[in-house]
Amino acid sequence: MLAESLALTAALFIIGVVGVLIHRNAIIIFMCVELMLTAVNLTFVAFSRFYGTAGQVFVVFVMTVSAAEAAVGLAIIIAIFRHRQTINLKDINLLKG
Amino acid sequence: MEPHYSLVYVFLFYLFGVIALASALTFVTRKSPVAAALWLVNTMFSLAALYVMLDAQFVGVMQVLVYAGAIMVVFLFVVMLLNLGHPSELAAARGTGWKLAAGLIGLGLLSEIMVIARTKLPEQLIVPRDFNEQQLQKLNVVGMIAEPLFKDYLLAFELTSVLLLVAITGAVVLGRGRAAGAR
Repeated sequence: MLAESLALTAALFIIGVVGVLIHRNAIIIFMCVELMLTAVNLTFVAFSRFYGTAGQVFVVFVMTVSAAEAAVGLAIIIAIFRHRQTINLKDINLLKG
Repeated sequence: MEPHYSLVYVFLFYLFGVIALASALTFVTRKSPVAAALWLVNTMFSLAALYVMLDAQFVGVMQVLVYAGAIMVVFLFVVMLLNLGHPSELAAARGTGWKLAAGLIGLGLLSEIMVIARTKLPEQLIVPRDFNEQQLQKLNVVGMIAEPLFKDYLLAFELTSVLLLVAITGAVVLGRGRAAGAR
């Protein structure tokens, strides 16, 4: 099941990448990033069957990082929304010059 | 290298894999954030089932509790707090050129990952076939993760607490708003 897991991981990760590229809604882009992180977790779990249980420990770390990222990222989104009344990335172009 | 799997196991593995893939595809094509979040929850649940099938029961439980439970609820909470369910906000996907470019980039990355996945892995890293079962017998489901976490990866674990503290502080500072910060 290792090969199937890796193929599924690749497909889910790519779906996440494409989602980040085609969406303009900041919240949906965030969810796509979460999907990418979860897809990588599947690789860790699949490999942990052959390389020992350390892979599952890494999954715990990845989950912690993604929880922290969600907390800070959503706080940033709320701050941007309070400032500009939108989360459409088309309208958030302060650095564009 | 791989043990033999029963037909039911293989069927269920493919079933959950297809559900995860289909949910992810539906998720990425939704324009409403609420619908997208619910399809993502579906993907997370199927992945949790796959984790359990791959002998990672604790990770499967964590997946349901942390991802499908906590993180997605926070996402939905923000969507509802900012009142983003309006139709005007929904037409936010990019144009055809962007979608074409995104598809090309996705295909390129996919082929790249597939090439990387074909590499031969070092044999000396592979543990004996019944190593995980022995660990499971000796330490049970939680101990199998807890022992390396608190022995081999103790420093990383402690640093994670610093990371969480920084994240909490950052979220509070960002969420506090201008009125309180101007003082």
